[in-house]
Formats: sequence, structure tokens, C-alpha cells
Amino acid sequence: MGMPTMPSSGVAFVPRVTEGATALGRKDFTSDQDVRWCPGCGDYAILAAMQGFLPELGLRRENIVFISGIGCSSRFPYYLDTYGLHSIHGRAPTFATGLATAREDLSVWVVTGDGDSLSIGGNHLIHALRRNVNIKILLFNNEIYGLTKGQYSPTSRTGTVTKSSPLGSLDTPFTPVSVALGAEATFVARTMDSDRKHLTEVLHAAARHRGAALVEIYQNCPIFNDGAFDVLKDREQAAARILWLKDGQEVSAGDQVAVRADDGSIQVVPRATASPTRIVTHSVDTEHPSSAFALSRLTSDGTLAHVPMGVFRQISRPTYDDSVRGQVAAAVDGGGGTATDADLAALLAGRDTWTVGG
Amino acid sequence: MSKPVQQLERVVIRFAGDSGDGMQLTGDRFTSDAAFHGNDLSTLPDFPAEIRAPQGTIHGVSSFQLHIADHDVLTPGDAPDVLVAMNPAALKSNLGDLPRGATVIVDTDEFNRRNLAKVGYAVSPLDDGTLESYHVHALPLTSITVQALAEHDLSRKDKERAKNMFALGLLSWLYTRPISTTERFIVAKFARKPDLLAANIAALRAGFNYGETTEDFAHTYAVLAAPMPTGTYRNITGNVALSYGLVAAAHRAGLRLVLGTYPITPASDILHVLSGLKRFGVTTLQAEDEIAGVGIAIGASFGGALGVTTTSGPGLALKAEAIGLAVSLELPLVVVNVQRGGPSTGLPTKTEQADLLQALFGRNGESPVAVVAPQSPTDCFDAAIEACRIATAYRTPVILLSDGYLANGSEPWNVPGVADLPDLTVTFTTEPNGIGDDGKPAFHPYARDPQTLARPWAIPGTPGLEHRIGGIEKADITGNISYDPDNHERMTALRAEKIARIADTIPELAIDDPDGDARVLMIGWGSTYGPIRQAARTARLTGHHVAVAHLRHLNPFPRNTAEVLRRYERVIMPEMNLGQCAMLLRAAYLVDVQSYTAVRGLPFKGSELADIIRTAVEGLGAVT
Ligand SMILES: Cc1ncc(C[n+]2csc(CCOP(=O)(O)OP(=O)(O)O)c2C)c(N)n1
Ligand code: SF4
Ligand SMILES: [Mg+2]
Repeated sequence: MGMPTMPSSGVAFVPRVTEGATALGRKDFTSDQDVRWCPGCGDYAILAAMQGFLPELGLRRENIVFISGIGCSSRFPYYLDTYGLHSIHGRAPTFATGLATAREDLSVWVVTGDGDSLSIGGNHLIHALRRNVNIKILLFNNEIYGLTKGQYSPTSRTGTVTKSSPLGSLDTPFTPVSVALGAEATFVARTMDSDRKHLTEVLHAAARHRGAALVEIYQNCPIFNDGAFDVLKDREQAAARILWLKDGQEVSAGDQVAVRADDGSIQVVPRATASPTRIVTHSVDTEHPSSAFALSRLTSDGTLAHVPMGVFRQISRPTYDDSVRGQVAAAVDGGGGTATDADLAALLAGRDTWTVGG
Repeated sequence: MSKPVQQLERVVIRFAGDSGDGMQLTGDRFTSDAAFHGNDLSTLPDFPAEIRAPQGTIHGVSSFQLHIADHDVLTPGDAPDVLVAMNPAALKSNLGDLPRGATVIVDTDEFNRRNLAKVGYAVSPLDDGTLESYHVHALPLTSITVQALAEHDLSRKDKERAKNMFALGLLSWLYTRPISTTERFIVAKFARKPDLLAANIAALRAGFNYGETTEDFAHTYAVLAAPMPTGTYRNITGNVALSYGLVAAAHRAGLRLVLGTYPITPASDILHVLSGLKRFGVTTLQAEDEIAGVGIAIGASFGGALGVTTTSGPGLALKAEAIGLAVSLELPLVVVNVQRGGPSTGLPTKTEQADLLQALFGRNGESPVAVVAPQSPTDCFDAAIEACRIATAYRTPVILLSDGYLANGSEPWNVPGVADLPDLTVTFTTEPNGIGDDGKPAFHPYARDPQTLARPWAIPGTPGLEHRIGGIEKADITGNISYDPDNHERMTALRAEKIARIADTIPELAIDDPDGDARVLMIGWGSTYGPIRQAARTARLTGHHVAVAHLRHLNPFPRNTAEVLRRYERVIMPEMNLGQCAMLLRAAYLVDVQSYTAVRGLPFKGSELADIIRTAVEGLGAVT
């Protein structure tokens, strides 16, 4: 028996809105619930982008599921008129894994915060990524615990002063993209709440990817960590700081360019001083993660001086859920199709039976 | 000429040796032969948590006890009539359980100075009169085995390893069992290793023939087949029966079974069995931890599968928050907890019933779940089906409380016909079930079935029924987020009432009181069933009238529980904990239930409970 050919798209088995039927619009994806985020919260922009993006995806609404953990960001599913599950703190990837494995005909999205995914849920995040379950994980990174009123989070920059760190936080933060790459993720990207166009592009790329996708979304929390990403929103500063990742193109920002250093790291230097052979050309599908990882380290100092945005890595690897279904399907086929009463009777009896009376 | 045969009604045999001596396998094989022979039986494997503790030490002793009889058997037996001790450690750690007059078969080859010293014997117990009151057969089992395999081209070590088969052959001869079923087993097991296959069969036969020729044994024993109801039988352990129950339930419900789990003793075998049953559409996911295991199961249930998670005590603790979520989501979920000794890591390979209160109350908030407990290894099959029935019919988590004794113990099973199993057909909701604010048909995820109070199960992929559920309190009917005080009160009551109504569909508590005038009731739950019934049988022989009853539903209790408890002057509840169920019964019914408890990691002995019954009966005043 040959290996089944690997489906190429993340939504390969998800029914689409039939041709000729009225296309769905933003309103079809807007639930009747009042949105309860603080005014000015970055989550609004992400929600708006999502409500615009979902109709473009062309899938049947009932086959889309949003699963979240706990946090401000995790309220997201309530505001979309799809199927949704608002679960418990940190565990959303586990529910999504069970659902995505049981049902190949669903497009399963996870919405999580930096605390939800990287503190309490760190274990589930890395395992979902390494297994490559066909789920899309949107990590809303506001570098703070929003819902519990502003304690520092595992992505807060060292020294962050909050209610629980009056003298400044002491922890070394995670860079979510680095964590994901270290966890064998097959798709890793970064985007930002305020950049609707880029956010939508990244969502499309994630949806198309067959496998686990981690999308870090920089998200402003105006109440507890206002302006954390302001330098990336100011047009002039952004031009100098953001390195737009485009497959096959040089990684650059303004007159600066990324170069490979002797120690294996990637550094950003004025183009004039860059040795042409060392300039980094981005390649999303390079099997080896070291280049993507080196790019992810550019933000690790917390200064946002150089911030790569876009898809860091997208490689193809069998998904866990496809493989699990494949084993079950092969066993069912090998047994002659769906198990019958007689098959079950044979299982129950086993091989060593004896009869009494009769 | 064959030696004379002596008839026995029953015998309890214990094989004991080092963890590496293959005692579990030997016990298993003797069990299969006995089952095949038609005896009723019950087994008690007892092994250390360490895989291979240092050789020859007390920590490394592994044993397997089985009770075979020509009548129906309720327990693995209080004390062995025969002990096979493969080394001094096995003798030392089991001697205390032996009644005077018992038979002891030892491998003298292992009673060397080094092994004796390891367990603190200054002089060999074979020589100093320690075993005076026993029938001792001191045989050089290892060297005879090696001799018997002289012609086989194997290392001495491999030859020595076959001594368990020699011992099995000898015991088979002693109890007049044919060895053909074990031969077939060896052929299958060593199909790819022809030299080991030949050696094991030769050792088995040599053991059998040794009995016939040696003068050490004057006669053999026969335990006749037990009368049993008509049917096709097999021998089965609790964990296998439980696994099959889950598969059968999913089959009868027309649902895909999805198991999310993390390995833990003594529950792992359920994962092992189910992972081999993909042919039945079973999906097993070995998760990163227990929380992920239950999360996977809940996610699968949300998608319309039968979500199951399996664990033991420490794992149940980790799953608590997610089970609470399932209570709030009102989705089907079966949580199997194979209890072991606690707290913390406790006694991983020993049995206990101390997770009852954890099952009932070990979550935040008012978080009622149904709890079901099997009473015997074979009952694990039916109890698993019952747990799935409740979970799917009432859209609720159900905790199935097995334990280490049931999990590893085995007994003959009258294999049920598939058509006789309960029909668990599930219907998903596919149409709106209400009217929205706009006057149009709408789907209300928390509208309820008037009878069961179950909410609709509408799965993703169903057009028009898109909805969001979560762990935040939901408004009655619509399921929207609600912090309204009255609503929370109502939802809390509804969740409790839904579980309480399960009592409408469970049998009443049955009483066994053949004399009809008992004034003492002994009541149990879970795996104490066998010892309690055995105790009642024993006590009645001496004229002590006692009634017995057994709870298989721990939440809710059967409707007539109060009435039953109040009918007796004394109510005694033996439990392998410090009185958890007794406390529940006292609290629920204001009856002075007296607790009798033990937490030794082993099941109660029938004789021990019979004494409790006798004392209770004798302590009653005359009827006035
Ligand atoms: C088991 C558990 N522990 C703690 C909490 C409290 N809690 C809720 S949300 C949260 C942190 C949320 O931070 P993040 O994931 O970054 O989400 P945000 O609110 O910033 O979007 C915490 C600690 C909880 N709900 N459950
Ligand atoms: S606390 Fe911050 S993250 Fe939460 S809703 Fe308000 S602004 Fe948004
Ligand atoms: Mg946050």
C-alpha cells in the first residue's frame, strides 16, 4: 500500500461555500455579542481584520472553529459567528488537538495570549507545534497579563514595572518566534494588530499551511502596557526598524541590511558597510531552522531596534492529525471496512474461549 | 503407573520470585489453563513499582496468587495453600501469609549463602526448622532445568531463565492440568526465536515429567470444573475488560472513540489495549501530560466523538480543572481513574479506593459529575458501558473508579453477545430549537431535554447552529455569558439536578439476604464486592445472618439507598480508604454507617470481613 499523498492546503478537507451561493460577508461572521474589550485595545483591530479575512477564506462558516484559553484575548471566539470554545487557561491547544484530529473537515484556530500560551500553557504550545497538528495558533502578544490587571508576563521585557514587579521584573523574557522555532514548528510568522493588510496576508498564509502555524501578533494593551509597540507604528521609525520578510528577497529596513556574522548570528548594518556575500536572502522553506532562528533573535534585546515581520519559516512535514487518521483508516480498511457486530464479537471472545453447556 | 489423584474443592496457589523470574507470566499461564479447564477462578498479581529492583532482594519480589475452585469464586483467596518460592527473598516475604500445613515448593539452588545474606537469613530456613509446620518440597529447580536443557544450544543464563516453565510444568502435573494450552502459547510467543521456543517447551515438559517420576510427591490433585451458566467463556483482566467496554459502547453509540491520555500505572494497559484497536476506529493520542489528555478528549467530544481519558489518582488531580470545564460545557466525557495507593505517588502498583472523594468533590465550585465503580474484573466491561451511557445521554463527565486490584486481577467472563449490549444510539441536534430575539428560529445551546435536563449536542459542521460555549457562567437557555446572580443560582441547581436525575435510569440497590431476617447489613462499593460476598457466605455457615448490598453508582446513589440503610440495626461498610463512602452515606442519609477500613495496598480477606460480621451479629441484643 502506497503512502497517501499529502494534502497541500491547511483547508484541504474543509467544505467551501458553494459556487453560486451568496458569498459570505463580514456581517455573517459577526456574532450578536457585545464586545467587552477596553476602548482602544488592539484586540479590536485584530477582530476586525479577522471578520474581513474569514469571508475571503471562502469556507463554510459552520466548519470554522475558534478555540481559546483565558485572558482578554481569549474572549475572541465569542465575537465571531462560527463555532467556538472558550476553554481554560493555557490549555486551548489540547482541545484543538482533540478536535482537529477527530474532524478533518474543520478549520481550527487557537486564540491565545502571551501568558496563556507561554506561562501556564507553554507545555501544550510546544507539543502542538512539534506534533504539527493542523491548527492555527494566533498568539496575541501584549507583553502583559491583561485580564488579571497588569502583572508582567513571560514576554515582558526585563525591568518592566508592574503591580507585581514594583522594582522591575527580573525574568528573562521569551521571544515567541524563537520558542516556536525551537519547538520544531513548521510555520512561524509575526505581524501586528494595527497593520490590517499585513495581518490579513499572514492569516491567509497560515490558513493555507497544512500543519501547525504560530502567528505572533504584537498587540497593544492601552490600559496596562500602552505603547509597547509604538516605535513600530510611527511611520518613520518603522521604516528603519521593521525588516519585512519576503521569500527570496534581501532582508532589509531602509538603508540597513541583515548580514550573517561570523558567530552565526544575524546582524543589521548599514548597507554601505555590508559585505555583499554576507547579506541575508530570506528563504522560508529552508529545512534547517538556524537562519530563521538567527532572525528571531534580532528582537531578543527588547529594544525593537530591528524587528523582522512576516513569515519566518514555512516547511512541509506530515501533520499529526493526518497521520493519526491515516493509521486508523489503514487499520479499518485492512480489517475489511468499518467494524461490524461480528468483528466486535470476535474481539470480545478473543482466542482462548471455552463453552459451558448448550 | 500414574500416582493416585486426590480431589480438592479449591486451592490457592501463589507463585513468588524475583521480578526477573517471570512469575507474572507463570501465574497468567496457570490461570489460562485453569480457566480453560473450567474452574472458576480469581487472581491477584502483586508486583513492585520498580521494573527490576536489585536481584534477590525483598524489594524485588513479584508474586501472583490465584484461587481455583469447582464452585463460584469471589476472591483470590485469603491465604495460599501452596507457595512456590523461587528464592529466599520470595520465601521470606510470603511466609507470613502461609497457614500451617501449607505446601511450600522452593528452588534450593537459589538458597546459597549470598542470597540468604541478602535477606538477612543467617542460617537457611530450609535447615533450621523454620518450615517445620509446612509440607516442604525442596527441589533444585534451576539445576534440573539446566540439566533438562543439556542438549539445547543456549547460554547457561538462557537455560536458567526457563526455570519458571519447569515450575509451571511441575504445578500443572501436580494439579492434573494438561500443558497443551501453554505449549500453544509458547509456540506463538517465541515464533521468531526457535531456540527459546524449543527450550521453553522442553522445560515445561521436563517439569511435568519430573512430578511423575520423583518420589517427592505422593499424589496429584484434581479441582473439577465449576458449574457455570451456559455460555462462551474466556479469562479476562479488569483493564482489558474496561478497554473492551469502551470500544463496545462507542460501537453501540455509533460514535468514534477518542482516547487522550498520559501513561500511569495501573492505567497504562488501557492505553496499550486501545492503541491496538484502530481497526475499530479507535483513536488514541498519547499526550504531553494528563491535562492535555483530558483536553484532547473534551475537544473530540465537542467534535462529536466519544472522548475518553484514562489515568490514576495523581493524574485525576491534574485533570480537575478540565473536568470542571466539561461540567460547565455539558459535553460527554468519560474519565477512567484506576485507583492506586496515595497520597502523592503513593503505592503505584498497589490497590486502594481513596479517590472517591476526589472524584466527587475534587474540583472548584459546585461541580457535580456522575461516578460509577465496577465491582469485579469482568464487571469493568459493563461499568465502562454504563459510564458511556450516562456520559452521552446526560452530556456530562462521568468518572469511572476502577482500582489496581480490578485492573490486574482476572476471572472467567461469560462473553456477552453484541446484540444484547445496551443500545446507546446518539442523535446530534441539527435544527434550531428555539426562537431568537429577532423572532427567527435560533439555536439555544443550553435549552434542555425536559426529562434528562441534557442540553443539545450540536457539533461543528452543522449549518445554522454556530454557537460558542465556555467555562464562564452561561445564561440559562441561550448560553450567552452571564454574571447575573439569579441565573448562576439557577444554572448551579440545574447542573446538580441533571446529575441527580440519572437516578431515574439506574437500578435500585439490591439486597442479598437469603435468610430474610438479617439485622446487620454489610454494604460496599467497587472492588470490595468479592471479599464482602465471600465474608457473608462464610458467616452464614456459622449461622450468622447478614444482608449484603453493593453500590455501583456513587453519584447519584440509587433511589432506595436511604430506605435500605434504615432497614438494618447495624450497617457496616468496609472500604480500602479511611471511610470515604461511609462518610457520604452518613451525611446523605443520617444513618450510623460504621466504617471498617484498611489501606494495606491489598484487597480485604473474606475471613477478615466474616469476623467483622460475626462480631456485629453477636453484639446485637435479643429481638425485643
Ligand atoms: C488556572 C488559572 N490560573 C490563573 C488564572 C488567572 N488568569 C486569567 S488570564 C491570566 C493571564 C492572561 O494573560 P495573557 O494570556 O497574556 O492574556 P491577555 O489578558 O493579556 O490577553 C491569568 C493569570 C486563570 N484564569 N486560571
Ligand atoms: S486590559 Fe488591555 S488587553 Fe485587556 S482588554 Fe483592556 S486593553 Fe485590551
Ligand atoms: Mg497578554
